[in-house]
Amino acid sequence: MVVVTLRAPLRDLAGGHRDVHVEGGTVSEALRALERRHPPIAGWILDEHGRLRSHVNVFVNGDRAGDDAVVAAGDVLHVLPSISGGTR
Amino acid sequence: MTELLVGTKKGLFVLRGEAVDAFDVVHRAFPGDVVEYAMRDARSGRYFASVTSGFYGPRLFFADDPAGEWRQAEGPAFPDDIPDATVARIWVVEPGEEPGVLYAGTDPAALWRSEDEGETWELNRALWAVPTRPEWNPGAGGLMVHTICPWPGNPGRLAVGISAAGVWLTDDRGETWRTGYAGLDPKYVPEEARADTHALCIHKMKRAPLRPERIFMQFHGGVYRSDDGGATWADIEAGLPSGFGFPLVVDPADPDSAYVIPLVADVDRVPPDGRLRVFETRDAGATWVARGDGLPQGNAYLVVLRQAFDDDGGSPLGLYFGATSGDVFGSADGGATWFTAASRLAPVTSVRVSL
Repeated sequence: MVVVTLRAPLRDLAGGHRDVHVEGGTVSEALRALERRHPPIAGWILDEHGRLRSHVNVFVNGDRAGDDAVVAAGDVLHVLPSISGGTR
Repeated sequence: MTELLVGTKKGLFVLRGEAVDAFDVVHRAFPGDVVEYAMRDARSGRYFASVTSGFYGPRLFFADDPAGEWRQAEGPAFPDDIPDATVARIWVVEPGEEPGVLYAGTDPAALWRSEDEGETWELNRALWAVPTRPEWNPGAGGLMVHTICPWPGNPGRLAVGISAAGVWLTDDRGETWRTGYAGLDPKYVPEEARADTHALCIHKMKRAPLRPERIFMQFHGGVYRSDDGGATWADIEAGLPSGFGFPLVVDPADPDSAYVIPLVADVDRVPPDGRLRVFETRDAGATWVARGDGLPQGNAYLVVLRQAFDDDGGSPLGLYFGATSGDVFGSADGGATWFTAASRLAPVTSVRVSL
């Protein structure tokens, strides 16, 4: 399993959990599994078609990764807001 | 007591007060996010807020108490068979004429219908599939459905305003659509191209509920009136300092009375001469009278956006609008005099009176 690490407000949508353990072979699959585990988070990280939102960054073990990046058991996914989205 | 729902660039502000003086800010919700639009459905008492996070995208919330728990609606969201479209912004939520039915408008330009008081939403596929859609282009605010005008007592009929793709009309609950372009003059398009263009930038429309075939429109350079349900439009700009502006209010008790807030022009979107004035017609647009008593009459370089002007349906009519300056103004006497309801909020995106 991989570990998805969340911060507010995503953590609140995941029932207050900072770390969520999910199955998945790619970043996208892991985030889809996160949505199934915690439905209120659906649409926040991935859009309605499962694409990573443009102002959300995912890091795998410290390296920035796209939604098709391969992940393996024990990997840690940090989901963070980018520094570009809060212009309004 | 009047309650105002003020959407801003920095959250939803709930204001309450008597319509003579400053209102109290009784609650702020969704701090840090843009609240594009917020309204209360008078039929159910349910509140709705369209919220756009700069990071996490748009979504629609609803609540029974704006200071209580907000729940996230399922949608609007494009279905899997339309993979190239993603909802970017939810511009408006409008109660329909059937119990539990609401409509929503989004960017990209789509109409959505809910039959369960706003908890789930379904795309109107007929409007999405109109053949001219590939020729549509966005305005500065996007390519969006921002105005939905139900027909009182007739749930089959709707008029929809799209920026910048004109007026669309249905008589069969959205099964089929036709345009309402006739009479609109897009002066921003070369004259030889105007007859065939879809680039009709509707800024706001409002139907007169006591005479529902009548609709007033603020256009991107022009103010219009339709007396045939939106099929054809007559220019009623004469007497205004400018044909440019965004919001529009119609007196629900008088189909001849409407209010607009003119700006200089599309290239200078501020009140003429820095004087903030609401213009009122009581003869269906034949004449206009400036109403500015109590509003800033100098150095007022602000914008009132298309969703930021509303009425309370009362008699005399209460009027409220908010500006990009973060100010909210009100009138308890149909615009004759004005007061400042709130100051220094964040830039205002929408104002709705809780009915």
